[in-house]
Amino acid sequence: MKSIKSVNDFVIKFANVNGTGSASANSLFAKAIFRMGVPVSPKNIFPSNIQGLPTWYEVRVSDKGYLGRRGGVDIALSVNPQSMADDIREVEPGGYFIYDNTKPLDLRNHRNDITIIGLPLTRICNKEYDDPRQRQLFKNVIYVGALAALLDIDFKVLTGLVEDQFKGKKNLVLPNIHALELGHQYARANVECPIGIRVEHSDMVGDKILLDGNEALGLGALYGGATVAAWYPITPSTSVVDAFEKYAKRVRIDPGTGRRNYAIVQGEDELAAIGMAIGASWNGSRAFTATSGPGVSLMSEFLGLAYFAEIPTVLFNVQRAGPSTGMPTRTQQSDVLACAYASHGDTKQVLLFPSTPKECFDFGAQAFDLAERLQTPIILMSDLDLGMNDNMSEPLSWDDDRKYDRGKVMTEEELEAGTEFGRYLDVDGDAICYRTYPGTHPTRGSFFTRGTSRNEYAVYSENGEDYEANMLRLLRKWDTINEHVPAPVIVDCGRETDTAVLYFGTSEESSREALDYLAEDGIFMNAMRVRAFPFNSEVQQFIESHAQVFVIEQNRDAQLRTLLMAEFEFGPDILKSVLCFDGTPISARNIRKQIKKHLNGDNVLPLHRKASLSGVEEIL
Amino acid sequence: MSYQLPKFRHPELPVNDLGYTKAEYEGAISTLCAGCGHDSISGAIVRACHELSIEPHKIAKLSGIGCSSKTPTYFLGNSHGFNSVHGRMPSVVTGAALANRDLLYMGISGDGDTASIGMGQFAHVARRNLNMVYIIMNNGCYGLTKGQDSATADRGSASKKGDPNIYSSIDLCGTALQMGATFIGRSFSGDKEQLVPLIKAAMSHRGFALIDVISPCVTFNNNLASTKSYEFVREHSEATGTIDFVPMHKEITTEYEPGSSHEVTLHDGSSIHLYKVDDSFDPFNRGSAMGALEEHRNAGNILTGLIYMNKDSRDLHEVIETSQRPLNELEEVDLCPGNKMLVNINASLR
Repeated sequence: MKSIKSVNDFVIKFANVNGTGSASANSLFAKAIFRMGVPVSPKNIFPSNIQGLPTWYEVRVSDKGYLGRRGGVDIALSVNPQSMADDIREVEPGGYFIYDNTKPLDLRNHRNDITIIGLPLTRICNKEYDDPRQRQLFKNVIYVGALAALLDIDFKVLTGLVEDQFKGKKNLVLPNIHALELGHQYARANVECPIGIRVEHSDMVGDKILLDGNEALGLGALYGGATVAAWYPITPSTSVVDAFEKYAKRVRIDPGTGRRNYAIVQGEDELAAIGMAIGASWNGSRAFTATSGPGVSLMSEFLGLAYFAEIPTVLFNVQRAGPSTGMPTRTQQSDVLACAYASHGDTKQVLLFPSTPKECFDFGAQAFDLAERLQTPIILMSDLDLGMNDNMSEPLSWDDDRKYDRGKVMTEEELEAGTEFGRYLDVDGDAICYRTYPGTHPTRGSFFTRGTSRNEYAVYSENGEDYEANMLRLLRKWDTINEHVPAPVIVDCGRETDTAVLYFGTSEESSREALDYLAEDGIFMNAMRVRAFPFNSEVQQFIESHAQVFVIEQNRDAQLRTLLMAEFEFGPDILKSVLCFDGTPISARNIRKQIKKHLNGDNVLPLHRKASLSGVEEIL
Repeated sequence: MSYQLPKFRHPELPVNDLGYTKAEYEGAISTLCAGCGHDSISGAIVRACHELSIEPHKIAKLSGIGCSSKTPTYFLGNSHGFNSVHGRMPSVVTGAALANRDLLYMGISGDGDTASIGMGQFAHVARRNLNMVYIIMNNGCYGLTKGQDSATADRGSASKKGDPNIYSSIDLCGTALQMGATFIGRSFSGDKEQLVPLIKAAMSHRGFALIDVISPCVTFNNNLASTKSYEFVREHSEATGTIDFVPMHKEITTEYEPGSSHEVTLHDGSSIHLYKVDDSFDPFNRGSAMGALEEHRNAGNILTGLIYMNKDSRDLHEVIETSQRPLNELEEVDLCPGNKMLVNINASLR
C-alpha cells in the first residue's frame, strides 16, 4: 500500500457526536495550523439537532491557499460509532483513519488500502477523570494532542492558544494543557510519529484573520451605524444579531447615563422583524434584520411595500438549503430569484453577494449607505458556509474619516426656506426623490407613506397615468442603482480564450482552484465574480466577449443563470450551468468534473456497475 | 357625502395654547360612507389633539389596511402618516418608536386588521408595552370587501346579509388585558363626551394604551339583528363611570359631584379624574377589570369607559434601557467605534 505523503496540503475530517463539546477542540486544531502560518479552511457540517446526532468538522489545509472544499478526505478522525462505517469508506486510498479503539473496529469496516490508527481515547479518559462531563469534554482535547504528535504540529503553538483562549483563568488553562499532553504522549509512545502527512511552519497566512461571516456582518452593522436590530431566531442567521449585540454592549453604552445607543427587539416572527426595521428606517434610524430562506418568504410582502413606498431597508439573508424547511443546517445559494424579485407585482430588489468575511463587513456597513441613498431594500446574500464557518480573510479595517451617506433628506431649514417638497417628485433626474423624517417641520414636509399608488406629492391616486409614471420612475431608479452597487471582479487568465466562468459568493474559492486544475490540463478560462444585482454593464460585456460562460452556483435550478438570461436575454447556448445543491459547499473537483464534461461534449455517462462496500450494487 | 372640504373657517375659532385652531389638526376630506362611525372617531382625535395642544407634527399616525386604516388621511394633515400592510401596523410603529422616542405614536386599526390578520402583532405590541395609542375602529365586519363578519362580531349577530354569525367573538379589551396592555378603554363612536377624554388620557399614558371604539358600519352592519348597530350599542352600553382628563398645569374644574372621584396622576404630570358608577369595580386592578368585562359580556352589555390602567407602567424604552436621546439623532461619533477597535479585533482572530 502506498500511503499519502504531503506537507501542509491535506483534508482532515473529524466525526463527532453533536453536543459533546467537540467544536471548540476542533477549532483549536484548525487555529493551531493557522498560527503556524498555513492557510486553513474549517467547515462545520452539523445536523439540525441539539444533542446526539452525527456532526463533522472538515479542515482543508493548503499551503497554496486554496480555501474551498477540495473533495475527498485524507485523514478521518472518528469518535462517533454511529457514522464510522461511512467515515472510513470516505477516506482516499492511501489515507489515514484514526479512531477510538477502546472498542475494537468492526471487521466489516476494515480496509487494507488505508492506514488505520487506534487511540484508546475513552480508556484514557476513564482512567484520568471521574466526572462524566469531563470525560466527554477532555476526550476531544486529548485527540487534538495526539494529532499534534501524528502530524508534527508545534506543541508550543497549541499550548499558547489554550493560554490565549482562557486568559486569566488558570484553573481552565492547566487541565486543558494536561489533556493535550495526555494525547500527545500516548501517540508518541505508541504510534510511529509523524505519519506521512505533516504540518510545517510556513508564511502563507500574512496578516489574515480567521472569522465567520455572521460575526463580520454584525460588526458591519455596528460600524455602519445601525441603531435598531429586529429579528426572529433562525439558523443560520441568528449569530448575526448575537454579534451585533455583543459589540454594541461594549461600545454603544452612553458613558454619562449608562443607557444604550441601540435597540434590539426579538420579534414574534419575521413579519414583525422586517416591519420594525422598516418602521425605524422610515423614522430616520439605520435599522436591519437578519434571516434565512423561510424568513425571506414571510418578509416578501413587506419587501414589496419598502420597494414601492421607497423606504430604506437592510436585510441580511444567510441562505440555507430550501425549499420549505429544507436542510436547515446545510448551505445553498438558492434564494437568488426569491430575493431578486421578492414580493408580488413588478418588483426588483438590490442584492449584494459577499464572498469573504471582509466583504461581509464592508458590504454590511455599505448596505446602510446604499439603502438610504437609493431608498429601497438592500438584501445582502450570505450563506451558511460563509456565515457560520471560520473563513480565512483579509483583516477588517475602517476609514476613520468616513461619513455615512444619509441620502436625500430634506431638512427643517430647507422646508422653512420654501423648497418645494414632493415625496415622489424627481427633481434632479436620478429618479430618487427627497424624503423627510416625521416631526421635521410644523406645517411643511409631512406626507403619507403608503403601499397604494399615489401621485408625486404622495396623494392617493388611482389614475393610471400617475401609477405608470411612478412605475417607470422606479425603473429609471434601477439605472441609478446600477451605478452605486459594487462592480464585478474579473480575473483574466492571460491567454487567448473564448470560455469563461462566472460565480458569486462562496463559490469563489473552489472555482479559482478548479481553474488552476483546468489550466494544468491545458484548459484556460477567464473568470468573473458577480458582486451585486443589478448587474452592471461590465457583466454584460464580459459575457458577450465569450462564446461560452459557465455559471457556477449552489442551487438546483441555476438561479443566477436564469436572472442573467432574464436581464440580458442571453440564451442557453452561451450560459452553461455548473451546479451543486447537496447542502455541502461546492468543491473544486466537482467544478472541474462538470466543466470537463461540458467541454468534451460528453454529457451522457456510460452505465457501469460497481460492487459497493456494503455489497449492494450501485449504478454510477 | 361631501366631496370637497370647505375652506371657510369661522374667524373667531378658538385657538389652543400653541395658537392653533382645530383646522390645523384636520386632514383631507373623508371618503368613507356618510354616517360612518369612523369619521366621528377621527373628529374625536382632532378635538383631543387640539385641546391637548400637541404640536401636530410631533404625532405620527400609522395604520394597517381596511376602512379604519384609511382614516389617518382624514385627520392630522400636518403629521406624517404611514398606511402599512394588513395587520402589521404594530411592528412598523414599534420600529418607528424605537427610532424616535420623542414623537407621539397613534396607531389606527380595525377589527379585521387587529383581531384576525394582525392578532399576533397586536398581542405582542401589547406585551412589549410600547408607548403608543392604539385605536380600534370596531364595526364587526369587513367593509371594503362588502360586509363579511369579522372576528369581533358577536355570536348570533347578523349583518345586512342576514346570516347570524356562528362563531364566538373576540373581546379585544380582554385580550389586551391578558397580553399585558397597561391602559385599556372602550367607547362608542357616537359618544364623544366619553371618547375625547379617553383619547387624551391614552395619549398621556406612558405605555400601550388601547381604546376599542365600537363604530357602526352604516352600510353593512347597522341593521336590527346586529349587535354593532347604533341602536344596539346605545341601548346596551354601560359605562364604568365617567372620566375627566386634566392636562398638566390646568386648574381642576369639574361638574361632577366630589366624593366618588379618584384622581390618578400620569407620567407627564396631567391627571385623570374618574367617577365610578359601581364602587366594587377597580380599574387599577387587572383581576377586577377582567371580572367586570366578563360580567357585562355575560349580561349582554358592552362595558365602556376606562377599563384598566396600570399606574406603574414601564414602557419598552424603559425596559430595554435605550438612550434618552432619540436613536435617529445619533451620529458617527456616537455610533462608530473606529478603526482602533478593529485592529484589536483582528489581533484576537489570528
